[in-house]
Amino acid sequence: MNHLSVTRDELAGVATTLLEDGNRLALVAAHEDPHGFRIVYVFLGADRTELSISMPRDDAWLPSLAAICYPAGRFEREIRDLYGIKAKDHPLPHRLVRHAHWPTGWHPMLSGAGPMPDVAGPASYPFLQVEGDGVYEIPVGPIHAGLIEPGHFRFSVVGETILRMKARLWFVHRGVEKHAEGRSLDDVLALTERISGDTAVGHSLAYVMAVEEALGITVSDDARLIRAQLLECERIYNHVADLGAIVNDAAFSIVAAHTGRLREQLLRHNEDVTGHRLLRGAITIGGAQLRRPVDVDLIAGVVRDAIELAHTAMGHSVVADRMHTTAVLRADQVRHMGVLGYVARASGVAVDARADQPFVDLGPSFHVVSESDGDVWARFLMRVREIEVSAAVLSDLSERLASRCGETVAAPLGTGSGFGVVEAWRGSLCHRVEVADGLVTRLKVVDPSWFNWPALPQALTDTIVPDFPLANKSFNLSYAGNDL
Amino acid sequence: MIATLLVIVQVVVATAITPLLLGVMRQVRARMEGRVGPGVLQPYRDVRKLLAKEPLRADGSSGVLIAAPLVLLVSSLMVVALVPLVTTANIPAVPNDLFVVVSILLIGTVALALLGLDAGTAFGGMGSSRHMMIAALVEPTVLMSVYALSIPVGSSTLSKIVVARGADVTRVVTPAGLLAVVALVVVVLAETGRLPVDNPSTHLELTMIHESMILESGGRDLAWLEVGSWLRLTALLGLVVNLALPWGLADSAQPLAVLVAVVAFIVKLLVAGALVAAAEVFMAKVRLFKVPELLAGSFVLAFLAVTASYLAG
Repeated sequence: MNHLSVTRDELAGVATTLLEDGNRLALVAAHEDPHGFRIVYVFLGADRTELSISMPRDDAWLPSLAAICYPAGRFEREIRDLYGIKAKDHPLPHRLVRHAHWPTGWHPMLSGAGPMPDVAGPASYPFLQVEGDGVYEIPVGPIHAGLIEPGHFRFSVVGETILRMKARLWFVHRGVEKHAEGRSLDDVLALTERISGDTAVGHSLAYVMAVEEALGITVSDDARLIRAQLLECERIYNHVADLGAIVNDAAFSIVAAHTGRLREQLLRHNEDVTGHRLLRGAITIGGAQLRRPVDVDLIAGVVRDAIELAHTAMGHSVVADRMHTTAVLRADQVRHMGVLGYVARASGVAVDARADQPFVDLGPSFHVVSESDGDVWARFLMRVREIEVSAAVLSDLSERLASRCGETVAAPLGTGSGFGVVEAWRGSLCHRVEVADGLVTRLKVVDPSWFNWPALPQALTDTIVPDFPLANKSFNLSYAGNDL
Repeated sequence: MIATLLVIVQVVVATAITPLLLGVMRQVRARMEGRVGPGVLQPYRDVRKLLAKEPLRADGSSGVLIAAPLVLLVSSLMVVALVPLVTTANIPAVPNDLFVVVSILLIGTVALALLGLDAGTAFGGMGSSRHMMIAALVEPTVLMSVYALSIPVGSSTLSKIVVARGADVTRVVTPAGLLAVVALVVVVLAETGRLPVDNPSTHLELTMIHESMILESGGRDLAWLEVGSWLRLTALLGLVVNLALPWGLADSAQPLAVLVAVVAFIVKLLVAGALVAAAEVFMAKVRLFKVPELLAGSFVLAFLAVTASYLAG
């Protein structure tokens, strides 16, 4: 790990060199120090590089990296909304996280922000209007017909073909990062498990790894193996549910009915193993403990059934036709936007923190799978192939664990900062924490959905409106992980 | 008088059995997919629930939102009265001619499309435009296929066609007859919003056709829309089964004949519904732009049926 302090003038040059060397920008976090602001940039590659810039409070601005790195531009907009630090020469200096009805000049992450003032009047959020013969708009959401999270999609359509789609998110800002400040390490652990219900292991594991680095805690091999197992369990139950959900959007509901059954088996297994259906509570700072070992035979059976169901769907000519060439995301778009997870791998970009930033050796069965077409079919196939690998990895890990269930350790108090990155089921997920005397002073969370949301509208070029649900489900991005 | 009585019996029986038809179809599908299902009586409960609720109508909507459900319901009841389901008798004043039936179906179709447009929402307009696209493709095929069946009989009156087919089994299994019935099945599925054209059980607004037009309706309005749409399914599915199996229909008011006709109709309809539902389990929804291909295919079948009818003399 390299840690560099740079000035604002040097930043663009250093960042360019890092990006050209094949690093990717993983996280940008602002910090409010007693005498000013500090911005930390984390670049991930073969090694990790942290750049930090300090600035006085009365001269708070950032040089914008948006021109050389697309995700940086979004991080800068987030920092402006939450801290009021402006990025100079930003190409798109609009609000991102803050809704239009949030009061001007109120930045919730600042220490003196206080509770949210009353919302003044209805919000206006102008959308770019596409003009021309026969172009019309379809507004969808933020309240949807299914039980999903809130997001507003504005389609500009001619006939049935989508010309442009703009997603408006951030309807449920909960203040997770603010909530973490000043709380004990264990309280924040419980908080991170609840950031996004379907990624309890991913978020809590990235958090504990960050804390362990901050406090210099060494983790036993057993705990590492158990953590890797939990991560794969989470991947499998979510991917299995997705397999059915994607096909269900093509109205082939028999597969969805059966993946629902398989998911339930997995959730019950989760409860047996950790005491919680969503795998909460097993990961602790410095350790990991299971109630009983993971039942690899049960999971292998479920995965076998799920793959058979997936092949039933893929063998159905109409379902296959719906998925092929639908919502194509090209590899160059993936690289440009820094897309992560199965979405990137389906387009042929094999980013995977399990291979790039491993915390444990996953054994001989592990390999990163990827596809090249970048359509709904490829993203569907990614899930099929990934659960196959995951089941094999689980079995290898189980052999090495030999029925040991791990143990919890007492975390020492201390001060420091740390960073954790894991390959959660949606993609690489990272947390950065700063700890002072056993209390969290700053937690920054970056869910893979943060990187992947802008890719969805790009993939919709030449897609027809009735295929949007299929495209959306194949991305399956998190609202809660994106909107903290 | 007797004919009118028989038609009244037909309308009452068909209306009473329609929610059961939907219930059976949904239950068959649920069981085949490994789900428990809500039971075959659920559509009756849904209608009772909706009828007890006051309709809420969007700001700025016009009388169309009130009138269209009733127009759809009345047009569907008229189709149910005209198509030979239980009886081959027909009201002397209104001929149950093929062209009359198709025209009345179209009144309901247009009422639904106007309803979708009325509240001014994007979904409603989208549903109406898709609905009209499908209607425009379906109507010619319906006309062609029934026309193919009418050529050997020399009349486009539906009841005469059914009677003639019932009197002579060889007419049922002619190539022309089979082609026409297959074409008719495809368009009936499209017209009534079943798979593979529309998915009646979806919650995804962007993929809907029929459902997106009725999104803005609630309470009693929605009840009439649902019953009106279901009655179309009963009428069209009933017509297809009676063309395929043209036996058991009552032509006189003898109680026994009427009873046999009612039972035969209910059994034929429910079995046909169960078969459609079972087939739907194996189907997925085709891409919207593939729908014209599917319907063009059924039009070709109907066209071949017409040609074959002439060749067969």
